Amino acid sequence: MTSPDPTLPAALRRWSRLRRARFPVLAGGALVLLLALAGAQFMEPSEPEPVGGPPMMRRLTEAQYRAIIADIFGPQVPVTGRFEKAVRVGGMIAIGTGSAGISPFAIEQYDASAQGIAAAVMSPSRRNRYLTCGPSDVRRFDQPCATQFLNQNGRLLFRRALTPAETNKYVGLARRATGQLGNFHRGLELSLYTMLIAPDFLFRIEHAKPGLDGRPGELDAYSRASRIAFFLTGSTPDDALLRAAEQGELDRPGGVERQAERLMATPRYEQAVRSFFADMMQFDRFGDLSKDPAIYPAFNSDLAEDAQEQTLRTVVEHLVTKRGDYRDLFTTRDTFLTRSLGVVYRTPVPQRGEWVPATFAPSAHRAGIQSQVAFLSLHSHPGRTSPTLRGYAVRQIFLCQDVPDPPATVNFTAIEASAHRPNVTARDRIFQHATDASCAGCHKVMDPLGLTLENYDGLGTFRQRENGALIDTSGSLDGTDFDTTDGLANALHDHPETPRCVAERMYKAAVGRDITWNERYYLDWLIGRFAADDYRIPDLMRRIVTSAEFFATTRPVMPGTLVRADARTIAGDRL
Amino acid sequence: MTSLSRRTMLRGAIGSAAVGVALPLLDCFLDTNGVALAATGQRIPVRFGTWVWGCGFIPEKWIPTTVGHGYALPADLAPLEPYRDKLALFSGFDVKLDGVANKPHITGCLGLRTGIPVPNEDVKAPTLDVLIAQKIGGETRFRSLDVSTCGLKKSYSYHAAGSPNPSETSPSALYRRIFGAGFQDPSALAFEPDTRIMARRSVLSAVTDDRQRLMRTVSASDRARLDEYFTSIRQIEQQLDLQLQPPAPVKDFTRPAAPDEEGQGSEMGQVMETHRIMADLLAKALQVNQTRVFNVLFSDTASNLRREGETTTHHTLTHEEPADAVLGYQKEHSYFATQSMVAWKEFLDSLASIPEGDGTLLDNCLVMAHSDCSIAKAHAVEGIPTMIAGNSGGGVRTGYHLDGKGDSIARLGLTVQQAMGVQVEKWGQLSMETNRTITELIA
Repeated sequence: MTSPDPTLPAALRRWSRLRRARFPVLAGGALVLLLALAGAQFMEPSEPEPVGGPPMMRRLTEAQYRAIIADIFGPQVPVTGRFEKAVRVGGMIAIGTGSAGISPFAIEQYDASAQGIAAAVMSPSRRNRYLTCGPSDVRRFDQPCATQFLNQNGRLLFRRALTPAETNKYVGLARRATGQLGNFHRGLELSLYTMLIAPDFLFRIEHAKPGLDGRPGELDAYSRASRIAFFLTGSTPDDALLRAAEQGELDRPGGVERQAERLMATPRYEQAVRSFFADMMQFDRFGDLSKDPAIYPAFNSDLAEDAQEQTLRTVVEHLVTKRGDYRDLFTTRDTFLTRSLGVVYRTPVPQRGEWVPATFAPSAHRAGIQSQVAFLSLHSHPGRTSPTLRGYAVRQIFLCQDVPDPPATVNFTAIEASAHRPNVTARDRIFQHATDASCAGCHKVMDPLGLTLENYDGLGTFRQRENGALIDTSGSLDGTDFDTTDGLANALHDHPETPRCVAERMYKAAVGRDITWNERYYLDWLIGRFAADDYRIPDLMRRIVTSAEFFATTRPVMPGTLVRADARTIAGDRL
Repeated sequence: MTSLSRRTMLRGAIGSAAVGVALPLLDCFLDTNGVALAATGQRIPVRFGTWVWGCGFIPEKWIPTTVGHGYALPADLAPLEPYRDKLALFSGFDVKLDGVANKPHITGCLGLRTGIPVPNEDVKAPTLDVLIAQKIGGETRFRSLDVSTCGLKKSYSYHAAGSPNPSETSPSALYRRIFGAGFQDPSALAFEPDTRIMARRSVLSAVTDDRQRLMRTVSASDRARLDEYFTSIRQIEQQLDLQLQPPAPVKDFTRPAAPDEEGQGSEMGQVMETHRIMADLLAKALQVNQTRVFNVLFSDTASNLRREGETTTHHTLTHEEPADAVLGYQKEHSYFATQSMVAWKEFLDSLASIPEGDGTLLDNCLVMAHSDCSIAKAHAVEGIPTMIAGNSGGGVRTGYHLDGKGDSIARLGLTVQQAMGVQVEKWGQLSMETNRTITELIA
C-alpha cells in the first residue's frame, strides 16, 4: 500500500506554510531558491497531516525500571524485587505496556524494590550523594531540606514537577514519619518509598492538550519529554530534557531535534536499541526455555546468556556503530563470540571469558542473526528442532506476519505413519503438513523456511544429517526458492516486508499501542523515508521522534463516552 | 442446634422453582456439618484452589463406567482410592464454543475458568479463582498464591486481559515469599509491633489518596487498570495490618525448611519433585492463613512434560503418537496422563497431611482440578475432565461420579463460586451461560 501522492498545489501550499514558519527570511526570498526547494519537496515528501492516537497509560517495563533507578540514584542501588513475565501485545512488550495491569504479585515486588531502593539511598554510606542538606540534630525535621530533596527526586521519578499540593503531601509524610521514627533520614526514606510505589511512577500517564476545530490535540510538554526519553534512551527524561519541557524548548522549532540529537549521542541510546531488539526477538522467553541435557549437553544458562548477548552485540554494532542497512542484519557474517559460543559454532576463540569480534567464514553457513544460536535454540523444542516453530518465528518476528492457529480438529493419522519410519528427517515427519489441504494453507508459509533451517539442530549446531539421513534443505519464501541457509538469508534481506515490519514495530513500540486506522498514511510515509535513508535505524528513530504524528492525540476515551470511529485500532493480534 | 441445613434450603428453593439461588454461608450450616472449631476457638476458614494439568486424559482409563457412588475407579484414577470419598468426578461437561475459534489448549481452559469462550488469551471476564478471592481472599497476607511446577512462567488466573496473576516457578522463591521476611511465625513466643511497619502503614494511605484525581484523568479501560492497581495496594496495606497484630495461634504448625530447589525444567521426574515441594509449601501456607486461594499449574495446557532424553514432549506426543494396536490408545501420552493423576494424588496428600479441627486441611478446602481439553489429539473441549476435592468445611458433597451429558461446564464454575459464598445467580455467556447449580455438589 502506498500513500496517495499529494497534488502539486496542495503540496506547495503546505510546503510554503511550513517554510514560512521556520525560515521567515525566505518568505520574500528569490523565486529560484523557492523552486529549488520545491524540487526538494518532491524528492522528500513531507509528513502527512497528523491524525494522532489516544494518550496512553503505560506500565514501566523491567528494563525501564532498572534503567530509571540506575540513572537517578546510580547503578549500585539494588533492585531487589522480582519482575513477572511481561504482557506482550502485537509481538512487543513495549506495546503491551499500554494495556498491562499491576497484579497483587507485582505490587508486592514493587513494594520490596521500593523499600530496598529508599533504604539504600538513605543509608549512611550513600545519602551524602543525594542530600546536600540536613538538620544538625537528626531527630529534628528539616523542612527546607526535605522539600528540596523530595521536589528534586519527585520530578525525576514522576517525569514532571510536583504540584504544590504534592510537595506538601510528600513533605508532610516525611515530617510525620520523622516524628514516628525519631530520625530525619528515616522520614525522608519513607516518603521516597511512597513515591516509588505511586501510580505516577509505575505508570507513565500521558496528558494532552485538546486540538482546536476538530484537529488532533497534542501531548503536553512533559508527556512529550517522556515519549522522547523512553523511546531514545529506554529510561526517564533526564534533567536537561525536563528543563527543555519546562522552558518551552520542545515547542520551539528545532527543539525536539536538538534533544533527540543530544540523547542519541549518549550511551543510553545504544541500550534503547538493544532493548528494542531483545523485545522484538522475544529474548525474555529464554526464562522459560529448557533443553534436554542428555540431547544438548552444551546447553546451559551461561550459553543461553552468551547467545542472546551475541545477537544483541551483532545488532548494535551493525545498526548503531556502523550505521548499517537494517536488511544486512539478515546476511551479515560479522559478529562477536565467546569461547563457549565458539565451540558451538566450531570457530575457535582463544581468550577465555572475553568477547571477541569475529567474522564467520562462508563455509560456516552463518549469515544473518536468524542463523545464530539465540534465534535457533529459542524456536525449537526441548529435544528437537521444529521447522514449523522456526518458520512461524521468522514470519512473526521479522516480517510481522501472523499465521493463524492450527484448526483444533486436525487429523494426525498420516503424521503418525510418517513420523515413525526409521531414519527420517523433519521433512518426512511433517510431510502431512504439505499434503493435507487443511494443514497446507498455513504450513506452506512456515515450513519451507524452517526446513532450510534444519541445517541447525535444536541448539543451533550446524549439521547435514539427521538420523543418518542427508537433510534436504530446499525451501522458499514468498516466491523465492533456495536450498541453503545463505539463500534464505538473501531472501529475507530482499523481502519488502522486512524493513516495513521493523519500521511499523518501532512506531508502535514508541507510542505503546497499535496504529490507528488513519495512521496508515503516516506509516507509509515513514517506511518510504526509511528506504530513502538507506534503511538506517538511527535515522528511522530520529524521524519518528521529530514527526508531528509522534505527539498528536485524538480525544482520550473518557469514562462513559463512545469510542470514536477514527480512533479504533486496526484489527490485529489484539482481537 | 438448628435443623436447617444448606441442602434443605436449596431443596426448598428448587421446589419453588427458583433454581440457582445463591447460598448464604451461615455459621449454623457449618456447625451442623460437624466441622469443629479450631482448638483456638476461631472458626476454621474455607479455602479454594485450582489444580490444572494439560492435555486431558485417556477416556477409557479415566471415566468410570457408572455414575453416582460406588463406581469402580478406572486405571488412571486408581492412585486416588484413598480419597474416593473426598473426591467428586465430573465427566461430560462441555465448553461451548458458539462459533468462537478453538485456540488449542487455551480456549478450553479459559472457557472453563471464565464461562466465556475466547479465541486467545484475552479473557473477557476474571477467572473464577479471582472472583472467589474477591470474596474470601481479603483478610490474609496474599490474595492468592499461584505456582507453576513445570518450569514455565504461565498462569491461567486472570484479573483481566493484560493482567494475569503470575506463577512462581521456583520453590526457593516461593518459600522466601511466604516464609521469608514479613512472615509471622505463630509459634514465636514474643510479639512486638514494629514501629517502622507502623510508619510504613501510615504513609501507604497517602497513595490511595490519589485515586479520585487519577481516575478522572484517564480513559475507561485505563480506569480498570488503575482500579486493579489500587486493589493490589490494598493487599500491601492488609499485609502490614497483619504484621501489626500478634499472629493467630495455629495448632501443630512448624515452619518448613527452606528448599534448595529452583524448579527449572520440564522433565517428568524433576517436575514431580518440584510439585511435591511446592504442594507442601502451599499446604503450610494455607495452614497458617497466609492465603485462602491458590492456583497450581502442574503442567502447561499444551503440556511441555517430557521423559529424560526423549525428543518429544507430552503435547507433541498427543498429536504424533499412533494408537497402540493392542491397547487401543496412545501409550506414551497415557504415561503422562497417568503421572498427572499420581501428582494430583500427591497434592491431596500434602493437604491431608495437615491436621485441622476434627479432620485435615483438605476437609476445609475446595480444590477444583481440571484440564484444558478431553481428547488432546483433537483439542476437544467437550467433556473436559474435572474434579472437586475436599469438603469446603462441610459445604460441598463429594464421593461420586457425575455425567454432565453435554451440559455447560460453567455449571461447575457457578456452583463452586456459590459454595465459596460468592453472590452469583448465573454465570457465563452465550451458550455457556447458566443458572443451574449442580445441586449434588452442595451439601
